[in-house]
Amino acid sequence: MTPGDGPAVHPYIPNSAPGTRAEMLRAIGVSDADTLYRDVPTDLRLERPLDLPEALPSELALRRHVTSLLDRNVSCEDAPSFLGGGCWQHYVPVVCDEIISRGEFLTAYGGLWYSDHGKNQAYFEFQSMLGELLDMDAVGLTTYDWSAATTTALLMACRLTHRGQVLVPRNLSPEKRAQMHNFARSAAEIVDVAYEADTGLLDLDDLRAKLSSSTAAVYIENPSFLGTLETRAGEIARLAHESGALCVVGVDPISLGLLAPPSTYGADIVTGEVQPLGIHMQYGGGLGGFVATRHDSRWLAEIPSLLTSIMRTADGSGLGYGWANWVETSWVKREESRDFTGTTTGLWTIAAAVYLSLMGPQGMRELGETIVAKATYAARLLDGIEGVRAPALGAPFFKEFVVDFSATGKTVAEVNAGLLERGIIGGKDLSIDFPGQGQSALFCVTEMHMQDYLDRLAAAVEEVTR
Amino acid sequence: MSTRDIDQTGGGSGAPGAAPGGAAENRYLREGFHAARWQEPVIMEQGSPGERGVIPPPLETGIRAAVGDPAALIPPELLRATPPALPEIAQPQVLRHFMRLSQMTMGTDVNIDLGLGTCTMKYSPKVNEFLARSPKMADLHPWQPEETVQGILEIAHRFGRMCCEISGLDAVSFQPASGAQGIFTNASIIRAYHEANGEGDTRDEIITTIFSHPADSATPAVLGYKLIVLYPDETGYPNLEQLKAALSERTAGLLITNPEDTGLYNPHIKEFTDAVHAVGGLCSYDQANLNGIMGVARAKEAGFDLCHFNLHKTFSSPHGSMGPGCGAVMVRQDLRRFLPRPLVESDGLRFFLDDDLPESIGKVRSFLGNLQVVMRAYAWVMSLGAEGLRQVSETAVINNRYLMKRLREEVPGLDLPYSPDTGRLDEARFSWGRLKEETGIGTEDVERRILDYGVNNYFSSHEPFVVPEPFTPEPAESYSRADIDEYAEIIRRVAEEAYAEPDLVATAPHKSSAPRMDESPLHEIDKVVTTWRVWKRLGLQSPDTPADV
Ligand SMILES: Cc1ncc(COP(=O)(O)O)c(C=O)c1O
Repeated sequence: MTPGDGPAVHPYIPNSAPGTRAEMLRAIGVSDADTLYRDVPTDLRLERPLDLPEALPSELALRRHVTSLLDRNVSCEDAPSFLGGGCWQHYVPVVCDEIISRGEFLTAYGGLWYSDHGKNQAYFEFQSMLGELLDMDAVGLTTYDWSAATTTALLMACRLTHRGQVLVPRNLSPEKRAQMHNFARSAAEIVDVAYEADTGLLDLDDLRAKLSSSTAAVYIENPSFLGTLETRAGEIARLAHESGALCVVGVDPISLGLLAPPSTYGADIVTGEVQPLGIHMQYGGGLGGFVATRHDSRWLAEIPSLLTSIMRTADGSGLGYGWANWVETSWVKREESRDFTGTTTGLWTIAAAVYLSLMGPQGMRELGETIVAKATYAARLLDGIEGVRAPALGAPFFKEFVVDFSATGKTVAEVNAGLLERGIIGGKDLSIDFPGQGQSALFCVTEMHMQDYLDRLAAAVEEVTR
Repeated sequence: MSTRDIDQTGGGSGAPGAAPGGAAENRYLREGFHAARWQEPVIMEQGSPGERGVIPPPLETGIRAAVGDPAALIPPELLRATPPALPEIAQPQVLRHFMRLSQMTMGTDVNIDLGLGTCTMKYSPKVNEFLARSPKMADLHPWQPEETVQGILEIAHRFGRMCCEISGLDAVSFQPASGAQGIFTNASIIRAYHEANGEGDTRDEIITTIFSHPADSATPAVLGYKLIVLYPDETGYPNLEQLKAALSERTAGLLITNPEDTGLYNPHIKEFTDAVHAVGGLCSYDQANLNGIMGVARAKEAGFDLCHFNLHKTFSSPHGSMGPGCGAVMVRQDLRRFLPRPLVESDGLRFFLDDDLPESIGKVRSFLGNLQVVMRAYAWVMSLGAEGLRQVSETAVINNRYLMKRLREEVPGLDLPYSPDTGRLDEARFSWGRLKEETGIGTEDVERRILDYGVNNYFSSHEPFVVPEPFTPEPAESYSRADIDEYAEIIRRVAEEAYAEPDLVATAPHKSSAPRMDESPLHEIDKVVTTWRVWKRLGLQSPDTPADV
């Protein structure tokens, strides 16, 4: 290639204009691409062009191509979906999307307090509002997802208690369990606690049997992966504390306008998933986990992710916000790290801040009521169908519940196939990960489901199981 | 003052953008710049009781009649007694508040953001944002039946093949949600590989270099590995003898960046990977610094068994105020069995998820990771094609050499440690050590002062600062010659100010969205306050309350 003899000009590459390229090459005293890459040994260089599909530099052609692929998807806007289990369809107010589409936020990165004062303020406001919702005093920025946040919290508990074992409920999401085991198995022993087959509540006898002086933390979720509310959470926290362990509680933040925050029943650390708060599901790409603790410097120092602190201007007249506790992050600790952070989910932090500002206490309360009422309505309709049991677990629930089809003689796969033919995406098949539940599925109902959808669901299930 | 202050020392036409070697040098500087400073009160202090920002979907009367009082469905001990003290604000004020916060944020969209080296702050095409916002992307659930997500699976499959071609490796996972998670995934696969060979306990050491990203040390450490960190010799990278001294039957693998954060490509990289293989270790390539070598040099030919790309850097997906990202992981065919579950596959007719991976490390991120990031990266590669990717890389290197030349020739107090006559690729690590000695002004001061000319703070270096007073710019392919000239001019001006008026630099920034802070809460854990409720409880409240503004 000779100077200026580059490929076609591309709109994303200003200096691909041939004249500019030639002048710049001349300015740096380089005659050709070979000289440019002089320091890459020739035997490591690729001597042929990459084998990639033909380029679509025209924006319209590109847009049509990608749209034609995306059009092969059926979205949850096209077909009512009853999937949940760690990623849920909730309403995303347009203002949330508007704000996170702002180029200033969308394309910002590590700007410090003086470059990105606004971003840092939004971070702090997220922490502050989530702190109110959770009734917790210290909150960090969102991390990769709820599973990562929970792993982080349980490892924090190990360091804070100088113990090495954590107890987790057997009805944990299989996704979370797999992630936790890969991450934490060299640092902590993860032991399952059984749940009661009829209610779905944690089996307190098994918990008592497993609690010991090595237990660093007892982890429970409210609601659990199978949707049940842990009505004995206070008792569980008390048992944990009596053994010198911490109580870590995972929550669905969308429930907390209606449900009591875990602080009221003794949680020491709270984790959860931020995606319900104004973030589209994006095929699972909308996830972000959070960790909240008490306001205590020993605890704060153990949070390995990013924290924003409020501070004062040098002259005391105003406020600022910036990344605190940098020295405890893996960027600085390197091989001393016991956890790690990096690019996580800052945009979702901002979306959630907008969401909570819009919803306010009244919106969160009303939403919680709407969801539990709709979910209850759906469960009752399904339970009225011959052979169908909903909820299959006896404990109260919020937005998700197990539906048992075993007595219909149909498998969940058959039921879901029939629903799909009728334009409905059924619940998550539990028969592989929770064989004890028989032919059961986890159904999720939110404010997105109009009564008509629920009636249609029941009618379709009736037909399919008949 | 005019809106454009052009100090045109080179003569010529007066238009910014004339090149060195051309008629004039561009000396354009935004001397009149001032960032928006809205003095926006914290949102917790805004609004008034009863205001509402959005009304959630109501409960239909039919449902209410059927189930009764919703609160009665929850056991009383689990009902919230006191409402959360969230703000109560109407929609226009919420919108305005966050609009103002956005205006006080320096995204790449609004500044010449080439200072953040290793972060590859390039243009994120708007057409890709448009596509990502489609309900056919945004409103998909990750557990939908395969027949309802053929489009996104096909995109993932196609882009997976592209990543394999660009790396030369064979199998791919997009589950890691960031570069650090990608490196962590590769470290986990290395562990699984040695465990499968019965050497899990004996191979307990990972080797990396100090100029590789900290995640190359931190993520294997989380898995329990002992780290051996190699330091550079006078060339800027460690030599083969140093590596050989670290290798043994305890070696599990090598995790390394190349080019490292210095921008230097280690020409002995193949000898490094050969030496690691000779003792039975695996080699994992942190390719977050890929932008200068796409289509030029691949992981495979350099002898790597595993690698990762940062799709939120090299492949243009926006950095999103710190995520979401994607650390795409590519491995050799025989390591596919250890990849996180499930994998996207095709039988030629349809696309499906292969979960039949009994030896998999399991999961590193829920579901399939950030597929909306993959979709953007796919659209970006489709726009460019093979020639375009090569053009991206060549231009990134040309831009870097051009910036380096201007900085080295024109900026007082700035040096280029290590092999100064070797060509850097996509970035370069400079040192303000001399400036600091001669003026007392160090890299943090310069970083703060450049903001007064309308650009974001830059990347100095990860810690520890091996290079004194470091400065690491990376002028990716998105920056025009005029952009680079302007940036060089800013750096030159600030260095000159350091000699002439050091106080001006030391007390910067002067024109930022926020004035100078008492930064002690950022460094002293006892002073950290993460929520407004604690700030209020400590009686510290806002001097910035609406009444004061
Ligand atoms: C060379 C290198 N590796 C890894 C990373 C980590 O990527 P992430 O921030 O996505 O975790 C970076 C990020 O700057 C990097 O530059």
